[in-house]
Amino acid sequence: MASASAGVPRQPARDVAGLGVGRALGFVAPAMLLIGAFLVFPALWTIYIGITNYRLTGIEAISPSIVGLRNYTDALNDTLFHNALWLTMLFVLGSAIIGQNFLGFTLAWVMRRARPVVRRTVEGLVLLAWILPSTVVAYLWVAFFDRDGGTLNSMLGTPGTAWLIDYPMACLVIFNTWRGTAFSMMLYSSALQAVPPSQLESARMVGASGWQTLRDVVFPHIRGHVLTNTLLISLWTANDFSPFLLTKGGPNHESETVPVYIYNVALQGGELGYSSAISFLLLIANLLVSLIYLRLLRRRS
Amino acid sequence: MRSLSRLSGPAVLGTAALLLLTGCLGSSGSGTGDQDANRNADAKKVELTIGSNAVKGGKSSAGATFIEDVLIPKFVAEQKGKGVDVTVKFQGDGSDDEVYKQKLSLDLQNKSGPDLFQIDGIWVGEFAQAGYIKPLTDTVGDAAKVDDWDGWKQIPETVQQLGSFEGKRYGVPGGTDGRVLFFNKKLFQQAGLPADWQPKSWDDIIAAGQALKKLPGVTPIQINAGTAMGEATTMQGVLPLLVGTGATVNTDGKWLGDTPQLRQVLDFYHQIYSTGLGDPVLQREAKGRDKSFAEFAANKIGILAESDYFWRSVVEPKEGVAKMADRDTAVGWALIPASKPGTGVKGQDYVSMSGGGATVINPNTKFPQQAWELLQFMNSAEMVKASLDGAAKITQRTDVNNEVLATDPMLNFVATKVLPITQFRPGLAEYPKISAALQQATADVVGGRSTDAAAKAYEKAVETAAGGKDKVTSN
Repeated sequence: MASASAGVPRQPARDVAGLGVGRALGFVAPAMLLIGAFLVFPALWTIYIGITNYRLTGIEAISPSIVGLRNYTDALNDTLFHNALWLTMLFVLGSAIIGQNFLGFTLAWVMRRARPVVRRTVEGLVLLAWILPSTVVAYLWVAFFDRDGGTLNSMLGTPGTAWLIDYPMACLVIFNTWRGTAFSMMLYSSALQAVPPSQLESARMVGASGWQTLRDVVFPHIRGHVLTNTLLISLWTANDFSPFLLTKGGPNHESETVPVYIYNVALQGGELGYSSAISFLLLIANLLVSLIYLRLLRRRS
Repeated sequence: MRSLSRLSGPAVLGTAALLLLTGCLGSSGSGTGDQDANRNADAKKVELTIGSNAVKGGKSSAGATFIEDVLIPKFVAEQKGKGVDVTVKFQGDGSDDEVYKQKLSLDLQNKSGPDLFQIDGIWVGEFAQAGYIKPLTDTVGDAAKVDDWDGWKQIPETVQQLGSFEGKRYGVPGGTDGRVLFFNKKLFQQAGLPADWQPKSWDDIIAAGQALKKLPGVTPIQINAGTAMGEATTMQGVLPLLVGTGATVNTDGKWLGDTPQLRQVLDFYHQIYSTGLGDPVLQREAKGRDKSFAEFAANKIGILAESDYFWRSVVEPKEGVAKMADRDTAVGWALIPASKPGTGVKGQDYVSMSGGGATVINPNTKFPQQAWELLQFMNSAEMVKASLDGAAKITQRTDVNNEVLATDPMLNFVATKVLPITQFRPGLAEYPKISAALQQATADVVGGRSTDAAAKAYEKAVETAAGGKDKVTSN
């Protein structure tokens, strides 16, 4: 390579920066090493553990054996895993795709014309929900939903209603909508600034209703943003572990989303092999969701 | 060509990595057996850590206070006399037992963790199989040194089992306990029930519950159920009831399956939690057990099945987690009856279950000899007595028990009336999985599933856990 660059190039140079392969590799090597050590290696490790019967304790902790695809076939027949998948879908649909998207957009749309003081205050409060540590937030929400002396019960005058026990998924959806709306709100706020004011003005001149303006003028401009936002918040929500802090997946698996299920299987049940297999399935599901969104994005452009 | 090599690059890398990884899992544990047991035996500067699921001002506060304020200073002083400069640290925890176990397993798996730590007797099997703990004779290296310890003579054979697995001693047990029915005498009086209540069958428990139900704001009966309470469900609920039907969880090497006795237990749960005699929501809450303690202390629960731990550490007036100032007059206790007189295990009228923990030495400790010295020191008669700090507890040592139990009527009752009729859990590595299946079965029943469905699902889970149909009893 080095000698070839000394002579006359036979084809247009693809090496735009003119670094040469050796130096280029030198520059990317640190990044590749980091990615290799902290991303590729753990992923491969997970795949490997997933084909063993490795356990946290007991004889399989010291001498695990390869069980091939049995963990995967077990997972496909595991009603609790089906339950976890279903609950994760509900969680993503309710709190991310509908909840955060809708609330975030509404806030961004309404706050667009609000007085700066009001806008800053609302944005500040919404952001606060986003930046507080999960443990703190979970503690506040447990206190809010608590059966004995919880805030919600005193507000509604319904003493003794165990919200987290009787309606665990609904609580989680509300919690996560509240928790994550800030991101959608900020993304939509900046996206809305990309809508040309002249078009909004024209729409008003021809007497378009609010809904028509949104549909025909605003939405075409921010469609890409909607897709990107939905992709990001769906993936985050699907992998979110904070439901564990509120319900631990209970009562009786009624709020056990896939990440919580993986934790319970791995650490409470001690089945590290099986939980690795499920982790890998979750990874594949994430990739599939990403692919679908990317497809949609590409079709748009 | 290019597209092929681009594809095969990652594939080759991946395959190579997988091959490298293969065989790595777990194998690292086998190397520890070769460690020299006499390493650092003559060190003049020694550091040891004691781990326990106890924390001052929280869970098992008295135990933590004893280790930090009495045991450690005394041991340090004793070693100083021998010219050894010892630093002992206490690594306290105040979490659920299951969480403590997870943390400990992860620590041990990575060859770290405290030098000495306390574990539940039923974890000994799975920890030993995983190589996380080793027989004391291996860790200390000298069989005579371990077996000649004079403390063993004071520890009854049944209690020694709590620290043993497959006939080998892994640790020194820390005493035992017994399960009874505690009841609130104030509520009993209001309901017109006797202060010296002693049910003779499960029907008597139900009858008392129905009387208590008439009191406003009172939950008559708390028998632990569900998965959130973990082992407390099995130990305080399912197993005492099960031995009351004449069955045990493991008979002649076979695990309990979907048998009439299991269904009898599940029916009893159903009877309590579907008719308002118990609070099904409490069994499903993440912190249900702690809440049940608080409710009992607040005179809101009539009957509660627990071990003497409840008396010593929960409603204990000074340091308990749910203090009852009037414990000595307000809390009564009764033997757990068999389902009907004479139907209990071994034909008994009354039954109980016992457990307990053990203190074991981390095989990867830097100072095995000094750890063994500390272990003996903390189980000496003097220290065991000091650990009680005037209170009573059924300790591992007969000499200490003879001296202290007479002062506490409740513990004296456990020692004289409960221990003779009690049963221990099987020290088998599969037990925790079977226990989890039992918890799930009660969770199903309390959650509204039929006994039939819960029992069938249970049997399926047990077959998986036990490793085959032939290892499970069924009718």
